[in-house]
Amino acid sequence: MPEMTVQAEPTLGVGRRTDVLLSVRDLAVSFGLRGQKSVTAVDEVSFDIRPGQHVGLVGESGSGKSVTALAIMGLLPKRGVEVGGTVEYAGRDLRSLREQDMAELRGSDIAMVFQDPMSSLNPVVTIGIQLEEVIRRHEKVDKREARDRAEVLLRRVGIPDPGRRLGEYPHQLSGGMRQRVLIAIALACGPKLLIADEPTTALDVTIQAQVLEVLKELVAETDAALLMITHDLGVVAGLCDEVNVMYAGRIVESTTRARLFAAPRHPYTGGLLESIPRLDKPRGTPLRPIPGSPTQTIPWTEGCAFAPRCRNKIDQCTETSPALEKLADRKLRCFNPLPAEADRNGVDE
Amino acid sequence: MSIQIPPAALAPDTLDSEEEHGVGLWRGAFRRMRRNPTAIVGALIVLGFLLVAIFGPLLTSYQPGSAEWSGQVTPTSVPGPSENHWLGLDRFGSDMWTQLVYGARQSLVYGVVSTALGLTVGAALGAIAGGFGAIGGRFGTWVDTAIMRVVDIMLAIPSLLLAVSIAAVLGQNKYSIMIAVGVAQVPIFARLLRGSMLGQGQADYVLAAGALGLRKRRIVIGHVMPNSIGPTIVQATLNLATAIIEVAALSYLGLGEADPAVAEWGRMLVAAQDRFDVAPRLAILPGIAIAVTALGFTLFGEALREALDPRTRK
Amino acid sequence: MLRFVLRRLALLVPVLVGLSILLFAWVRALPGDPARSLLGERATPEGIARVNESYGFDQPLVQQYITYVTALLHGDFGSSIQTGQPVMDSFGERFPATLELGFVALMIAVVVGVPLGYLAARHQGRVLDTAVVSGSLLGVVTPVFFLAILLKLVFADKLGWLPTALRQDPRVDATHVTYFYVLDGLLTREWDASWDAIIHLVLPALALATIPLAIIVRITRASVAEVMNEDFVRTAEAKGLSRSTISRRHVLRNALLPVVTTIGLQAGLLFSGAVLTETVFAFNGIGQYLFEAIGQRDYPVLQGFIIFIAIVYSLINLTVDLAYGVIDPRVRTQ
Repeated sequence: MPEMTVQAEPTLGVGRRTDVLLSVRDLAVSFGLRGQKSVTAVDEVSFDIRPGQHVGLVGESGSGKSVTALAIMGLLPKRGVEVGGTVEYAGRDLRSLREQDMAELRGSDIAMVFQDPMSSLNPVVTIGIQLEEVIRRHEKVDKREARDRAEVLLRRVGIPDPGRRLGEYPHQLSGGMRQRVLIAIALACGPKLLIADEPTTALDVTIQAQVLEVLKELVAETDAALLMITHDLGVVAGLCDEVNVMYAGRIVESTTRARLFAAPRHPYTGGLLESIPRLDKPRGTPLRPIPGSPTQTIPWTEGCAFAPRCRNKIDQCTETSPALEKLADRKLRCFNPLPAEADRNGVDE
Repeated sequence: MSIQIPPAALAPDTLDSEEEHGVGLWRGAFRRMRRNPTAIVGALIVLGFLLVAIFGPLLTSYQPGSAEWSGQVTPTSVPGPSENHWLGLDRFGSDMWTQLVYGARQSLVYGVVSTALGLTVGAALGAIAGGFGAIGGRFGTWVDTAIMRVVDIMLAIPSLLLAVSIAAVLGQNKYSIMIAVGVAQVPIFARLLRGSMLGQGQADYVLAAGALGLRKRRIVIGHVMPNSIGPTIVQATLNLATAIIEVAALSYLGLGEADPAVAEWGRMLVAAQDRFDVAPRLAILPGIAIAVTALGFTLFGEALREALDPRTRK
Repeated sequence: MLRFVLRRLALLVPVLVGLSILLFAWVRALPGDPARSLLGERATPEGIARVNESYGFDQPLVQQYITYVTALLHGDFGSSIQTGQPVMDSFGERFPATLELGFVALMIAVVVGVPLGYLAARHQGRVLDTAVVSGSLLGVVTPVFFLAILLKLVFADKLGWLPTALRQDPRVDATHVTYFYVLDGLLTREWDASWDAIIHLVLPALALATIPLAIIVRITRASVAEVMNEDFVRTAEAKGLSRSTISRRHVLRNALLPVVTTIGLQAGLLFSGAVLTETVFAFNGIGQYLFEAIGQRDYPVLQGFIIFIAIVYSLINLTVDLAYGVIDPRVRTQ
């Protein structure tokens, strides 16, 4: 059985001893092609992940969540991209690492599962090799042992007849199975941090639940920390301890799962929860989507990006940019938030 | 249990910029090309070539292939650039510049005629095959297959060799090269048009038009064909480059006109070979002329293709 | 797989039949007396009579066609008007030369072209890329015969570094087994014969390789650039794999697929180029043979050449398609 337990101390290199596994501070990413204005995709993003903790990063497409994940992994393109802020893993500054050292960490300490299982696997190489190569990259094992471990991994993610599958090619597997393979690849070397970027979005609804189950079990089993990136609140509800809500590249609300769902304070979060169709409301109740569209934003530098669509908008929202404030029970970026729990009466949950 | 963030369906997208809104395919394409340096270089070369070819007789007072100054040519020397002949003489005693200029005319005529021939016949065949194939049914598929079989036969041997064979059989007259190179281009255009027609047969807008009740023939002529024009023009430009080279190759092999008075770049290369060590320019000049002209059309054609490609548009 | 091969071979048949009919009709369909138009200006009464006899023009059309096809099926593609030698024998003698030349040219094109295209894609937008793109563009538009002439006249005639003509120096002792001169030298341990053959191949192969090289560079570059942006390359990077593993197993193995499919096209270009290049170097292959035949209006040679090339070209394309089926598992396992 492969070594999948978490070690309490950081194993690589020197660094401050700390109980925070991943620390992201003021991460900012902007893209600028030659001759064109640069676009800020991510700004002022800060959050921590403790060992074994499950953190969610929620936002719609274009909110910058995937870019954040790629920035952490160091997988953003080298040209045309500017990155600011710090990303510390086990006390080490990832952004200052040489590429070889970063590559050491990838796949072994920090692993990532991507969104589209169709295109995320090499079509002309067998499943077995794609699994074995990550094992042999980070651990000194021979081909035979790598193959055995690969087979065990496939079985662990719930793929039947794993021995045969090792010799097959991605196009011979279904979407759900491919995603399980990707999960197996990510967990192959027992990472301490797993980043999952919308792992189920591209799958059929029925398969989504199964794959999420597998993910949940394995993460629990290995005590790995999880950064779950999704636009689906249902996924977050079942999986994450802490939730960060992103909008237009910045975090707008950050708190525990319970508090977020029970009493959201940022109007965007509130809108998200409100827009969910509910079974416990009478039939014919009109849906309440968030008005406007994601393209209707103003730059954060000029005010609050969500203002054009916000039901709680006040004048200040289009004049000054709200900062992320640390409240008693959460962080919030809003001038006119929804009422706190104690002040609520009869508010729809 | 998937709860998605609902799309705000009712808010219209803001238009990116006024220029993208409602601008036709061609105007957008030309605007893109103006900004593309390779397109500009290509266009300049093509323009230069056309000017020299069309206004040739005005650029030189001498006659091609006249061999007037053959007295000045000796077995060991060929007069180089001088006052009266800014590029010198060729080994037969004609003015080099005149030969090049009239050679450009020849290339233009041969190139354009053969490409036009290939285009007309090929596009017609391809359009018929594709049109019938798209309509379907037993007869339609039969027509399609039959025509494409003929095209396959033409593709059984490499195009240059096909042209060589045809020209060899047609004998030594001025049409043989044009017909030969033209025929060799037919398969390319046939496949292009057929593919275009078939591909669009399944396109949504065609199905929509059919659902509205338009008759198939009208759909084909009014909608499908205009969409095929762009790629066809791109292919014609690129083929013109190839045609110019193939024409030169065929005359290098001794096919086509036998009359030495007719100036042609390929033939100039043949004549230049045995005087290379005394006068390398005799070979270099026509060779570079061929290469640069073909380059111009290639650059222009590729820039045009990029400009028309919907994928590279914003 | 077998069905695929058989089906493709079966497709070859109508093509060859069509070709043979075309060739048959071609000469006879020209206006005027076929014998006269064949001989052109050099028509003499004896020449006409000879042609009439060997072609059977004086017989009824149907009879002619039957004779023609029967002969074809027996492998008799006619005999050269000039030498009287059966056309296929002549091809057989000269084909190894062209094959050897074409093979070397193709090797040069692939061995140089693929790495160049790859490097250009990796360093897109920078100096190396621009240089490679410009170079390959020039390579595509420069006529083969021009390049051949330049190479010969500069490196052979003027500088004398390399031989000017032929496949081998007649003074060198060489026994021929396979008629692939380089191979023969190796097989018979006549090392200097092998070496001599190699230096005679250099210039023609370089000239011939230019266009395929340029095309391979362009396709490799475009393909690599596209594959590098694929998701599975990002997955490979997220695994922490080394740059070289990613390049080999993930990028190249996918990017080279389109290159393989164009090898068939390259073969066609190599044949065409051979006709133009061999004459410059008096390289005794089928290209030069054709050139001579054109000059002498030796039509049986021409006809035989067309059919011969059609068969070889189709077989090469078939082989390439099969090879593609082997290397791309998506096609293989259907």
